[in-house]
Amino acid sequence: MSGKNMEEKVEQATNSKNISLPVSRVRLIMKSSPDVSCINQDALFLTTKATELFVQHLALSSYKNGSGKETNTLSYSDLANVAEETETFQFLTDILPKKILARDYLKSLEEMEKDDENL
Amino acid sequence: MAERPEDLNLPNAVITRIIKEALPDGVNVSKEARRAISQAASVFVLYATSCANNFAMKAKRKTLNAGDVMSAMEEMEFERFLQPLREALEAYKKGQKGKKEASEQKRKDKEKKSSSTDENDKSRDEEEDEHMDDEQEGENEGEEEDVEN
Repeated sequence: MSGKNMEEKVEQATNSKNISLPVSRVRLIMKSSPDVSCINQDALFLTTKATELFVQHLALSSYKNGSGKETNTLSYSDLANVAEETETFQFLTDILPKKILARDYLKSLEEMEKDDENL
Repeated sequence: MAERPEDLNLPNAVITRIIKEALPDGVNVSKEARRAISQAASVFVLYATSCANNFAMKAKRKTLNAGDVMSAMEEMEFERFLQPLREALEAYKKGQKGKKEASEQKRKDKEKKSSSTDENDKSRDEEEDEHMDDEQEGENEGEEEDVEN
């Protein structure tokens, strides 16, 4: 596949109004995965489309699950919460860690040290 | 191959648009949340690719195909995506086929211009038939050959 063909396909894909995400960028990410050699055009399309569906699903689930209804805002903590609480989003817990206040963290460190002393 | 970190991210503008379309009107999205969703989307692509690739390798294929991606979605417990994905793929394939026929039509037109005018009149009628029958491309090509002979 020459570079020119790829550009045409990207243009066609976005013109067909089926998807908004750039297929070429998705392909780049896919190729960065180890052991992947070739990607069929339909597979590339499906992955791009699936990613769009995923973004919608993540945003809506986080909003529904969170306190956003009162504040009318989707915040980072809504996302972190849904990653921890929902099974299908658990693969995101590493990149969406919950945030804790520094003083709470230091407190729990102190408690751990106390336990060590007692032993 | 040098890959800058930005290259593995998806464009913010598009991500923001998709988020806004998914949420009820008037809901705000914090900048942090937007960035996090964008990163999550990239991780999703990696996870889906790795999963799909496992299916391809099991079948001893080197090329990832549509079936592998669908199997990956099931494996990842995103069955809710399966039906919309199937529909989108069908629409996409039809679009692709239409474009292929359009470019083939252009090629045939070029060929006709180089042949005589009598034959042009005959083949013009057959061209109209071609437009109507999507699935009989093969047969039409056979007819064309007769005309040119």
